[in-house]
Amino acid sequence: MQVASIHFKRNATAKLNDENLQQALARLQTRFVGGRAAVIGEIAELEETRTAAAAIRDRVLQNLDQWLSHFEQQATARGATVHWAESGADVNRIVAEIAVRHDVRKAAKSKSMVSEECGLNEALEAQGIEVIETDLGEYILQLAHEAPSHIVAPVVHKNREEISDLFAEKHRLPRKTGISELCREAREILRPQFLAADMGISGANFLIAETGSALIVTNEGNGRLVTTLPRVHVAITGIEKVVPTLEDVSTLLRLLPRSATGQSITNYVSILTGNKGAADHDGPEHFHIILVDNGRSSLLGGEMQPMLRCIRCGACMNHCPVYQNIGGHAYGWVYPGPMGSILTPTFVGLENAPDLPNASTLCGACAAVCPVKIPLPDLLRQLREKQMALGMKPWPERAALKLWSWLALHPAAYALTTKIAVRALFLAGGTEGLLHRLPGASGWTDGRDFPAPQGKTFRERYNRAFRENRHGEKRA
Amino acid sequence: MRVGLFFTCLVDAMRPRIGFATISLLEAAGCEVSVPQTQTCCGQPGYNSGDRKTSQALALKFLTEFEGFDYVVTPSGSCASMIRVHYPKLFQDNPAVLARIAPLSLRTYELTDFLLNIAKLENIPGQFRGSLTYHDSCSGLRDLGVQKQPRALLAKMPGVAIQEMQESTTCCGFGGAFSVKFGDLSARMADNKCTHIEAAGTDAIVGGDLGCLLNIEGRLRRRGNHKTQVLHIAEVLADQEGDA
Ligand code: SF4
Repeated sequence: MQVASIHFKRNATAKLNDENLQQALARLQTRFVGGRAAVIGEIAELEETRTAAAAIRDRVLQNLDQWLSHFEQQATARGATVHWAESGADVNRIVAEIAVRHDVRKAAKSKSMVSEECGLNEALEAQGIEVIETDLGEYILQLAHEAPSHIVAPVVHKNREEISDLFAEKHRLPRKTGISELCREAREILRPQFLAADMGISGANFLIAETGSALIVTNEGNGRLVTTLPRVHVAITGIEKVVPTLEDVSTLLRLLPRSATGQSITNYVSILTGNKGAADHDGPEHFHIILVDNGRSSLLGGEMQPMLRCIRCGACMNHCPVYQNIGGHAYGWVYPGPMGSILTPTFVGLENAPDLPNASTLCGACAAVCPVKIPLPDLLRQLREKQMALGMKPWPERAALKLWSWLALHPAAYALTTKIAVRALFLAGGTEGLLHRLPGASGWTDGRDFPAPQGKTFRERYNRAFRENRHGEKRA
Repeated sequence: MRVGLFFTCLVDAMRPRIGFATISLLEAAGCEVSVPQTQTCCGQPGYNSGDRKTSQALALKFLTEFEGFDYVVTPSGSCASMIRVHYPKLFQDNPAVLARIAPLSLRTYELTDFLLNIAKLENIPGQFRGSLTYHDSCSGLRDLGVQKQPRALLAKMPGVAIQEMQESTTCCGFGGAFSVKFGDLSARMADNKCTHIEAAGTDAIVGGDLGCLLNIEGRLRRRGNHKTQVLHIAEVLADQEGDA
């Protein structure tokens, strides 16, 4: 996917003024924030479960290479073929090679964010392979030539009217407006595609080391069709998705759907193990699993390693007041919200996403809901420290910070400077006690007044009061 | 109890009366209050901008100024969180400093938390009469668990009616430098907050962090609301008479 994260600020401003989007985001908040709140209490020992989930993920990350090779052994023993992709380009090349080997003309795809990292659809289409997205949201986006704006609800930015128009235009059928009618229309168009596809492409929510299985959670059932009907199934996922045992997965599955969509469990949980055996009635003849690094291993062993615990539930963005106001596209790459503000700079380079680590008030709402307890605000702050160390902050900011630091460390100069500045602001505030404009801080005053200070600093008043007090007078 | 007051850079510059209200509350709770005069800022602006070095220097400065007190109290959840939660993180690889700063961190309290749980203030001197709604500022709420404390103290005031707003725990959009750097986004977040405040329809919006309160006040006034009072919790709890 093209990287547009450099334009975050401009994009965010545009999104704030997009009425349709604002309404869609309000609906998302009701559905997902409300949804999580309604069911998360079903887990009686929520804190312990989150801690256990984080520990499961940490245990894997401490010995990731070993767990991966364990997974590879088990998967291979059950008839799957495991591939290792260092970059997105490698993923595209490997899938194309598999397609050529099995004479694939048409591929049906279920949702995979990793494939968005690689731009897989475009790469396959360039090879003459037709690719059809079968997740309803992704299908709509494919018709509209748009990118997902949420990792769980990719088409959340579009309203029903827009989808009605899109279907009428692309399907050349009478315009429908009801949700179930629209779904039926999509289903009727997609069903034959599953049967015609030579290859199914999916992601994987987890890889289970002890059984060599790929696990996917879905709500639409398209995942099952994609992974079982076509002759060839390719599962593409990040190397960090491996977990040791089925038991571990069951702990994570208590948290994932509840955190993501407010469901106690998703409609489908599919555990895909091996290819079709001699005694099996169905399943793919060939099962390929592509393990993707694409920058992930660079986080191992460093301060940012906790980010690799992520199970892609989307709770951090659902609860993020920044995401709630601008949606996912403003972030400019595959992953939006707090997790995206950490992953994007890591994957595409801090220089291509300089705003993202700063586009947060560090309010902590994300970390409070993250099922695997990733300290997202701390990680954002670490990226800011990195920007500072690399001299990537704009000079006025650095100069202001230098001046402030020096003053804060020199109390006498600090007292004098604040005394003067406060007096000036007080006078500028007039009788109303409000500043409508403030040079150098238009970011504040364009949308808000600046309440004027009281006039004298606390320090001045306190010292005077203290002196008067010693002379037996009433304080202040 | 000997309490050192960390009055915060924002109270110093913008609303000294919050500092005096804090002193009178601590005294009402029976504390002996000292105000070290060389204090400046807890270092949070630098810390959140990625300037770890300055934050460390300011943490050390804080240590020398406040180490001698039984407790340190500050009328701000975010400064309290900086000291309590983040100072120790700054010295993870410096055991000598950590051994001194970690216990001091644990003796540092946000004002309402201290008044309720440590000083056990029973009689609230404040004279405020009317309805109010409370905004839970982020760091105090999520780092320190300050949520019930201010409400419990307010409940002891006979003239006060609390009317909770929707989403009282959602960030108001202040975020320090964020409010200037991403001005329109920050203002939108403040605007959402103001909508909830106005829907609560109270005489006052009250909170425990001046940064958030200035943000909220600035947006309320720009929206044309000159009626809703914006008050720090210390101003409501303290008897304001005679204070600067
Ligand atoms: S960072 Fe945490 S909350 Fe966000 S998507 Fe990942 S697991 Fe979910």
